[in-house]
Order: sequence, then C-alpha cells, then structure tokens
Amino acid sequence: MAVVERLTVAKAINNGLRRALETDPKVVLMGEDIGKLGGVFRVTEGLQKDFGAERVVDSPLAESGIVGTAIGMAMRGYRPVCEIQFDGFVFPAFDQITTQLAKMHYRSGGALTVPVVIRIPYGGGIGAVEHHSESPEALFAHTAGLRVVSPATPQDAYTMIQAAIASPDPVIFFEPKGRYWEKGDVDLTAGPDDDAVAGLGLARTVRTGQDVTIAAYGPTVATALKAAETAATEGTSVEVIDLRSISPLDSATVTASVRRTRRLVVVHEAPVFFGAGAELAARVTEECFYHLEAPVLRVGGFHTPYPVAKIEHDYLPGLDRVLDAVDRVLAH
Amino acid sequence: MTQHGPLADDGLVQLLTPSGERVEHPEYTPRTSHLDGAALRAMYRDMVLVRAFDTEATALQRQGELGLWAPCLGQEAAQIGSAHALAKHDYVFPSYREHGVLLSRGLDMARVLRLFRGVDHGGWDPTEHNTHLYTLVIGSHALHATGYAMAVQRDGLVGTGDPGRDTAVVAYFGDGATAQGDTNEALVFAAVNNAPVVFFCQNNQWAISEPTTHQARVPLAQRGPGFGIPSVRVDGNDVLASYAVTAEALERARSGGGPTFIEAFTYRMGAHTTSDDPTKYRSAAEEEFWRQRDPIDRLRAYLVAAGELTAEHTAEIDTAAQELAEHVRRETKALGRPETTSMFDHVYASEHQLVAAEREWLTQFEDSFAPAGGA
Repeated sequence: MAVVERLTVAKAINNGLRRALETDPKVVLMGEDIGKLGGVFRVTEGLQKDFGAERVVDSPLAESGIVGTAIGMAMRGYRPVCEIQFDGFVFPAFDQITTQLAKMHYRSGGALTVPVVIRIPYGGGIGAVEHHSESPEALFAHTAGLRVVSPATPQDAYTMIQAAIASPDPVIFFEPKGRYWEKGDVDLTAGPDDDAVAGLGLARTVRTGQDVTIAAYGPTVATALKAAETAATEGTSVEVIDLRSISPLDSATVTASVRRTRRLVVVHEAPVFFGAGAELAARVTEECFYHLEAPVLRVGGFHTPYPVAKIEHDYLPGLDRVLDAVDRVLAH
Repeated sequence: MTQHGPLADDGLVQLLTPSGERVEHPEYTPRTSHLDGAALRAMYRDMVLVRAFDTEATALQRQGELGLWAPCLGQEAAQIGSAHALAKHDYVFPSYREHGVLLSRGLDMARVLRLFRGVDHGGWDPTEHNTHLYTLVIGSHALHATGYAMAVQRDGLVGTGDPGRDTAVVAYFGDGATAQGDTNEALVFAAVNNAPVVFFCQNNQWAISEPTTHQARVPLAQRGPGFGIPSVRVDGNDVLASYAVTAEALERARSGGGPTFIEAFTYRMGAHTTSDDPTKYRSAAEEEFWRQRDPIDRLRAYLVAAGELTAEHTAEIDTAAQELAEHVRRETKALGRPETTSMFDHVYASEHQLVAAEREWLTQFEDSFAPAGGA
C-alpha cells in the first residue's frame, strides 16, 4: 500500500537517508556540518538528533580525510555516506575517490567491497559564489569502478539514494541543488529493491514524443520537459529521457528512442566539451547512424570556468537554447 | 655520521646497542622482559628469512622475472620488531616495502611478488591475515587505516579489557609520506576520534633521492604532539626497541588510549627500487656507516653472546631461508599470463552494462583471429 507524501527533493533525500539509517545499522553519515546544522542545505536535518553523533558524524574539514576514512570503514563492513558540501569542494578528495575508492574492489580481486556513497550537491542557478555551482560528473564517469548517478525528481531522489547506499559499488550521487526545493509526490514505501535499482543504471522516458528526443539528467530534466511543452504548442512532439545514471550510461534506451524520432538533443549543465553529451552523441552515432536525420546536438556549459552569478543564466542551458537546438535538428 | 634536524640520531629508544649489548631503559625494558630465547630467535629467524626473500626478489628482477622490486634491506628490525608485537586480530595497512611485516603476518611470500611480476594489482586476500594490500600512492592508506580503526571503535572492540577482542590498527609508511596531506589528515581524524591506530613511520632517511631534510626540519616524531598524538622515536635498527615501543602503542590503542606516532629511525641500505641508482645522490661512506649497523648483525651478536643461537639453530634458519627463496622463485616463474578478459573482472561488484559490453566485444574480437574450423 503506497504512502504518498508531497516532498521537496531535499526532504526526499532526507527521508531516504533516514530509512537507510533505520534499516541498516552499518550505515554511517559523514560530512562537514551535517550534524546539528543538518548540512548547509539541511538535507541531513534532524538525523543526528535521532541517530546519534556516532552515525551522523560531523567530520573535520578535510574532504580527502572524509573519503579516505570512509574507505577504511567500508573495508570493515560499514556503508559510509559522505556529504561533500559543494561540488567545487570535492577535488581534495578526488585522489581518494579515483585512485583508491574506484579501484579497491578491482585490485583486491573482488576480496574487498567498498560500498561508499558520496553525495555532492551540484549545478548552478542559485546565485552562488565561485566553486559552488559546478557540474563535475564527467570527471567521475571517466573513472572505471565508480557509479555516477543524479536524480531529477523527489521520488527518484528518495529511492535512488537508498539504492546507492545498498549498492556494493561506490556511487557518486550528484544532487541537483538548484532543484532541492522543488516538490513532488513521493511513495515512501518504495525502497532500494524497487525501481531505484534500475535508477542506478537505467534511463527512464518521462515524456513520449515522435519528432525529437531530448536526453537530460539532474537539473536539466525539468528544463527539457518545459521545452517539450513549449514545442508542443508549436506542433513539435518531443520525447524526453531522464538518463538518471551517467555511469553506466543507458545508451540503449536513448538509441531505441532515436530510432523512432531520428533526432537527438542532449542537455546538461556541465561543459559540453568532453561531457556526457559528447559520449552519448558518439554512442548514438555508432549504434544508429542510419536512423539519424540530423547531427546530435549538445546544449550545456561553455569551456569557461563557471561564470559569476550575475551572468550564470546565460551560461546555463535554459529554455531558449534547448528550443533553439530542437529547431536546428528539425531543420535537417 | 652525527647529523641534525630530522636526521639527528639522539633521543632514540634503544635496548640493544649496534654491537649487540643490552641497555636498560626504565620504561621499555619491562616491555621485553617476557621475551625468552625462543621468542628472540623467532624474530631473528624472520629477519634472516625476509632478507633471503628480498635478495631472491632482487635476483628475480635482474633476471627479468619481475618488472620491479623495492627491497627492504636494512629495515628488517623496524618491521619485524613491530610486527611481532601485533596480535593476529590486529589489522595492518602496509606501504609497499613492508615485506618483513608481511612475512611475520604469515603471508605466503610468493603472493607478494605477483604485483611486481605484473600478474596482479594486489596478490592476496587482505582478510585472510588481517593485512591489507600494498598501497603505492604515498600516504593514502594512512586514512584507510584510520577509518578502519574508527570502524573497530564502532564494533565495540576497544577498551573491553579482553585481549582476545581489543583490536588495534597499524599504518606503516615512510619519511616521505609525512609530507603528504593524507597522512596529516589521518593524524587529525585519528586524534579527534581517539582512534585505535598506530602510525609507524620508518624514517629510512631517503625518499628515493630526497633526504628527510626535504620533508621536515625537525625529527619526524615531533609531528605527533602537534596533533595531540603521543609520539616516540626509536632506533629502528634495534628489533627489541622496535618491539617495545610498538607493544606500548598497541596497548594504548586497544585500551582506548587513542593513536600513537612512532618514528623508527633506520636506513634504506638498498636502492629505492631496482630502477633506482643511489650512487647518484649518496656517498659510499654513508652506506658503509650503516652497513656497520646492520640490524641482523646486531641481534645475532646479542643472541650468540647470550648462548641463544647455536650452530644448530643457525643451520635450521639458513635452511628455511634457502627453502623460502626457492619457493618464491619456483612459484613466481610458474606464474603464467592472466587471461586477457580478466581485465574486466571485479571492475564493479555488481553488473555494469559498459564493462559487460566491452568484455563481450573484446572476446569476439580475439575469437575472430581463431583459425577457421576452431582449435
């Protein structure tokens, strides 16, 4: 029997973390300011009060230390969930994540598993200062051994965080911070064994259409849906796919769609250069070249550092740029 | 060879002089009083065995059987003294030169060569001997050790008073690692969590070509107090003193007293690895000075003088050393080439579509070269 509540993305993740803490005594949350404060985005609000400071740990201000000690805890059977405060703060831990965490299962010949989840609020649009709006997912997806996912809705946020924690693999969990306060219905009975497991590897078609496919994930799924609505008023039928997972990348769902629509636009906030869109474009070209009526277009960030807040909305892939790409693929 | 700063050799805990005479230390001598002739011989045996192993591994590299070798020559006392203080259920995180520690932990030493042979990135199951794989990135594992110790705390295996349960974790690293951020973060996390971890730093005076003066201006043991971690500086060529200070640190960790930083002052008598050439950066006189302070000679002199090492003992140990060398040579040369598709094994613990697809692709590609009609 479904128990549905209307929750924000942030609150949905909070509920997912709570449920993981309740059901698995080995789950430990670690991060900066996640205890009494509940994290700078309040995603962990109330959890330390209910589960204690041993399970919801305010860590020293050292990201490499957080991830490095999480690896050690995981080796002894714990399931640490690390919060990196902002996207741009993950790089002190990049070495531990890519050199140690991603390879531990491999180099131990499967003897060790390190089920560490690293939660990273990412993306822009919130008027933040430098290093607080980046989308570095491609850097992690390029590293074998990591799963890289990003939910777009409160329901997926709730179930995918549980699936990430239950996964035997390390998962980089990118939370679209610009969408933290958007609400949606969440079935609180949905657990990690349900559709969420698929969310760690399978895309989902969130709107069907015939003329163009838009693939997006995280914060840009809502943009893609809005573009689809607008295009519909002009007589264009747009299919929208929420990729949900960057690694693995469910190119099969995308190519199945493109074989019908014959046109693909990929949208993400990260720079398009060497981004997930480039990978998807290459795969679609390899797998269904003769179905394509137009080149795959990418809409995303430019090859600049994330710009200052006053002009960030000209950097981010907004509705106009997505619709422009839809027009351009239809022009062929 | 009296030096200053991080290479000063004063203030070292020593229980055995370089010529093999016992010296009394009010604090640490009692830590060794239960060690009888058999216990000391067991340490001596491990030191001789690991040197034979080390020598054999160097030979195997020179003969093209290993891609690389990192000898532990000269560091046997620090490694075996500390390892003999460990309980089986304690957990060890070695760097990549801790062959003596591995031998004392009971590993099949042939497994250790798999990494250097190029057939494995690890080589053994860490859970079998509570001994983690070698970590090649300097200092990274100090954090893993600290996290592991934090897990031990959560498991309630600290301060129970039951020696069969109370557990400590040891991170081994070198002087170069003390400059790494991860090592310093490990000290922070260990201190604030009061984690049951011992940081065992072998200051072998050389980080490849850089002397310890390039990592610090003061003895490395002084790093500890700044973090609120008690520290001790020990003569790392003295197996008894290395044992004693480690025993004390382990007891502190297991009883809930928190971390300890040990600096074992020793000397890397060999090259950093078989790819290194120490003649380019250090003097023959320095090497000779330390050859006179060989840790094995020191313990042998003591045991012989004490009547604890007979010709029969020596013969048995030498035979065992020879057998170990033959064993690792035989096992190493028998190691074949791993299956090509094994590169896809264990990338993930659960199915990952891309890895599965690439494995399938490479398999078919390889099969396409098979002679028609099949082999």
